[in-house]
Amino acid sequence: MTTIKTAHNEYSSAIRQGVAAAWPICLGYIPIGLALGLLAQKAGLSSVEIGLMSLFVFAGSAQFIAVSMLSTGAGPLAIIMTTFIVNLRHLLMSSSLSLFFRNTGRAMLSFYAYGITDESFAVNQPRFKEGNWGLPQAMTVHQVSNLVWILSTVAGAYGGQFIPAHSFGMDYALIAMFICLLIFQIKGVIYIITALIAGIAAAVMSLYLPGNIHVVIAAILAATIGSQLRDHIERRTAAKPSLQETNTP
Amino acid sequence: MISGKYMLIITGMGVVTYLPRWLPLAFLSRRSLPRRLVQWLDLIPAAILGALLTPELIITGSPRHIEWLKPELIAAIPTFITAAITRSLGWTVVVGMVTFGLLQK
Repeated sequence: MTTIKTAHNEYSSAIRQGVAAAWPICLGYIPIGLALGLLAQKAGLSSVEIGLMSLFVFAGSAQFIAVSMLSTGAGPLAIIMTTFIVNLRHLLMSSSLSLFFRNTGRAMLSFYAYGITDESFAVNQPRFKEGNWGLPQAMTVHQVSNLVWILSTVAGAYGGQFIPAHSFGMDYALIAMFICLLIFQIKGVIYIITALIAGIAAAVMSLYLPGNIHVVIAAILAATIGSQLRDHIERRTAAKPSLQETNTP
Repeated sequence: MISGKYMLIITGMGVVTYLPRWLPLAFLSRRSLPRRLVQWLDLIPAAILGALLTPELIITGSPRHIEWLKPELIAAIPTFITAAITRSLGWTVVVGMVTFGLLQK
C-alpha cells in the first residue's frame, strides 16, 4: 500500500517537473500554432484537418511548408519528400538522445521518439545529461507540448484572425529559449567554437539551400570539426607529459 | 469530409517524420558506441542550437538575405546576457520577449 503510494507520488512529481520544464515551449508554440492554423484555413483546410496533421506529424516548420505547398496544388509525393528532408535533422537529435537509454525497452522508446522536436530535445537533453531526469519527466514534456501544439493549430484555423498572436513579444519565446539552452550547452571553449561554426555555416548555407537542410549539414560539419579539434588538443596535452617521462631515465 | 488524398499526404508526412526520430533511438540505445562517436554526439546539441539560432537572428525575407539589424538580433543581446548571468530559462524568456515586444512598437 505504502509502496504504491510512494510510486504514485514519484510519478506525479515527475509529471510536475515535466510540466515546469515545458512551459517555455508551450509559450512559444501558441503564436506559431495560431499562425499555422490561420494559414491552413486560408489554404482551404478545416480545423480538423490541420489538427490531424499536427497529431500525425508534430513538426512546425514542415507543416508550414506542407500547408503552403497544398495551397499551390503540389502533389502528395512532393510534399512527403520535402517533409522528409526538412525533418531529417531529428536523426541527429535521436542519436544524441540514444546515449541515455541503456536499459529502456524498445516499445517505450518508440513512443518517446514521436515527441522529439527541436524544442523538446533542447529542453530534455541537458537534463538527461545531468542525470536528474527520467522518461516520465521527458515524456511529460513531449505530451504537454504536443497537446498545446495541436490545440493552437486548431484554434488558429477556427478564428486565428481574432487572436492577437503577435503581441507581447511572444514570437520571441522560442528564440529566447534556444539562446538560454545554448548557454547551458557551453561547457568549454570547444562548445563555443562548435556552436559558432554551426551558426556561421548554417546562416551562409541558408542563403543558397531551400528549406532547412542547412541545419543538418551545418550541425554535422561543426560537430565533426569540433571533435577533430578536441582530439587534436587532447593528444597534444597528453603527449607533453609522456615526452618528459622519456627524458628522465 | 476529409479526402483520402489528404489522409494519404499527412500519413506519409507522419511516417517520414517519425522514422528519423525513431531509428537511432531504437537501434543505437542498447549498444555501447565507439568513443569517437560519443564525443561527436556530445557536440551535436551545441551545433544544432547554433545552426537553428543564427539564421533566425540575421537571415530574413524571401529570397533569403542577411540583415544585420533585425530586431531578433538586437533583442538577442540582452537575452544572451540574461541567460549567462541568471542561467534561468524563465528570466531569459521574459527578458527576450519584453525586449522584442518593445522593439516591435
